[in-house]
Amino acid sequence: MANETLTGAQAIVRSLELLGVTDIFGLPGGAILPTYDPLMDSTKIRHILVRHEQGAGHAAEGYASASGKLGVCIATSGPGATNLVTAIADAHMDSVPLLAITGQVNSTSIGTDAFQEADIVGITMPITKHSFLVTKAQDIPGVLAAAVLIATTGRPGPVLVDIAKDAQVGKMEFIWPPKVDLPGYKPVTKPHGKQVQAAAQLIKEAKRPVLYVGGGVIRAGASKELLELSKIIGAPVVTTLMARGAFPDSNEQNLGMPGMHGTVPAVTALQKSDLLITLGARFDDRVTGQVKTFAVGAKVIHVDIDPAEIGKIRFADVPIVGDVREVLTELNAELISELKGTKPDIAEWWTFLNDLRTRYPLGYTQPDDGKMSPQYVISRIGEISGPEAVFAAGVGQHQMWSAQFIKYERPNSWLNSGGAGTMGYSIPAAMGAKVAEPERLVWAIDGDGCFQMTNQELATCTINNIPIKVAIINNSSLGMVRQWQTLFYNSRYSNTDLNTGTDTIMVPDFVKLAEAYGCLGIRVEKEEDVDAAIKLAIETNDRPVVIDFIVGRDAMVWPMVPAGLSNDAVQFARDTRPVWEEGEEE
Amino acid sequence: MSHHVLSLLVEDRPGLLTRVAGLFARRGFNIESLAVGTTEVEGLSRITVVVSVDGLPLEQVTKQLNKLINVIKVVELEPETTVQRDHMLIKVRTDASSRSQVLEAVTLFRARVIDVVSDSLIIEVTGETAKLQAFLKVLEPFGIKELVQSGVLAIGRGSKSITEKVLK
Repeated sequence: MANETLTGAQAIVRSLELLGVTDIFGLPGGAILPTYDPLMDSTKIRHILVRHEQGAGHAAEGYASASGKLGVCIATSGPGATNLVTAIADAHMDSVPLLAITGQVNSTSIGTDAFQEADIVGITMPITKHSFLVTKAQDIPGVLAAAVLIATTGRPGPVLVDIAKDAQVGKMEFIWPPKVDLPGYKPVTKPHGKQVQAAAQLIKEAKRPVLYVGGGVIRAGASKELLELSKIIGAPVVTTLMARGAFPDSNEQNLGMPGMHGTVPAVTALQKSDLLITLGARFDDRVTGQVKTFAVGAKVIHVDIDPAEIGKIRFADVPIVGDVREVLTELNAELISELKGTKPDIAEWWTFLNDLRTRYPLGYTQPDDGKMSPQYVISRIGEISGPEAVFAAGVGQHQMWSAQFIKYERPNSWLNSGGAGTMGYSIPAAMGAKVAEPERLVWAIDGDGCFQMTNQELATCTINNIPIKVAIINNSSLGMVRQWQTLFYNSRYSNTDLNTGTDTIMVPDFVKLAEAYGCLGIRVEKEEDVDAAIKLAIETNDRPVVIDFIVGRDAMVWPMVPAGLSNDAVQFARDTRPVWEEGEEE
Repeated sequence: MSHHVLSLLVEDRPGLLTRVAGLFARRGFNIESLAVGTTEVEGLSRITVVVSVDGLPLEQVTKQLNKLINVIKVVELEPETTVQRDHMLIKVRTDASSRSQVLEAVTLFRARVIDVVSDSLIIEVTGETAKLQAFLKVLEPFGIKELVQSGVLAIGRGSKSITEKVLK
């Protein structure tokens, strides 16, 4: 390719095109204006104008999480950039490949407290995988190529590129591909052969193995290899909040989600295991409960692409650094040759777990106030929509119920804010997912609290023809906080009432709000109307749909391990602890 | 808790020190001393950092440092196989009666006087941390008016260099 003289701004657009970027979520402002001019002429990149930069960030996350591709967002300097911070932190916690481009004041003004100046590189240092400040036009292609490489390889994560306005305006010689020199960045993807053998040996000997599957399996696209491993060894599988869909829920070996709101069989399987085969999971406190009493009898095989995760919380008897897909490919081959067609004998373990499955299935009771049960509504959304749909949740009770009561059959069908717990994630994330996968049915399952944080993106959806479906699980309160107040603060409801229910002043009225945004608004108060509303939403594709499901506010998420306690203290329902073995005194 | 000397080979980039220092603060590790400077290779710097942690957290801090994109290499330097030096500038109160005693200490510790005025001396001294602590103890009774010190500098003994492998 002959060299061409471009402005920095043109180089940004050209580089992104050449890096395969096709969709960007953003909002212009002074310091990024030069870039928005050539962006207008790009035929390869669709820019979607959001209403708030946080929406751009979460949309890029949803885009990435639904498709496995890089998500890209763009904002101006100062407040534009700081509005991205929550989404960047979220992507950092959940290992989402995200490129955030921000405008910066002229390089000559940096450090002078210029108008709309913020040190966004400094602000985001602890929440990015890496960041760059670009002050020269010539550096733009190389930096963007490096940023994309870093964001999408190894353990994925957010990379911020802050570009001074004079670098966007300045002239440069465009050369592609640029030289990318990152001597300190060499992610290990191929596992150590000896470690794989050691893992196979432990698996062969285990009597109570569990496949503890984390979000890494989804990021690595390793579901097929995981399914194969499960067939080879016949072990039970638990999928964490970030890994829902990594292994089909319909598979007999799937015990469901472990952790604070995990199923009794999944929590117990980890707790009583003698071997945790940990795949792309990080022993999060929401999974382990009190660490020193977590799975005390278990040896640990820990597979992760990030060496820093191994041994961070729990000692690994067999640490394996590598891409989980490559590791599983080698481990499966090793096991096939080691086991010679036999399977480890874990019949006793299955008898124990199956008994728990029969006695402690997921369930719920009808709310006392005569309102709909939120679990019923969410179950029906899942059942009617089917496994090809995408479900993006906010954070709180509705998120947990969506993780519990929707059956996931494929990876990338469940999007949520797991590590950061970001309220307001769902609407923009669903928007991003719908842009990435326009043929799919995309639901935002949101709470009445979460919805009020980012619902302005419904305008973006309506105007840009992004027909997402929104199910507001409206319990007129900050439900999860309220649940904790019920359980741990003597039912003193300090500041959790939101007044959005039908027996309140209803501010705002979500149906009217939906209509104001050009969406179809539906209110459902009776269980017999649930199916019809869901079907109408699915059939309506000329605009977004918002269904305001009025549900009982006293419904709680069960099972539950109270925060900081041992998983041994899991409660199946309020003040009810499961009896793990017949005849066991509790 | 024990002291560990970590040597980091890093790309000389703006904000690098913030990334390293920020990581220590964020993950709850204390830096005892820090010394930064360029190396024999253009574009590469060396950071020598002394931390006081136990074995497992040390492994964690090393892994986290390795995750920083501009950090090329992290090695722990063991005292037995490395040379470790601290550098100090000390302003000591002296008068006609005490000056000779101070000068005697300077000779004993192989330090150097680099500035003299009627009521004080500036002394320069280099050595292992323990030696410098002993020297300070000797000077204390005279009155230390001001003390400046570098962080520990450390380098592996023998002919091998940590930049060699990296730059191949």
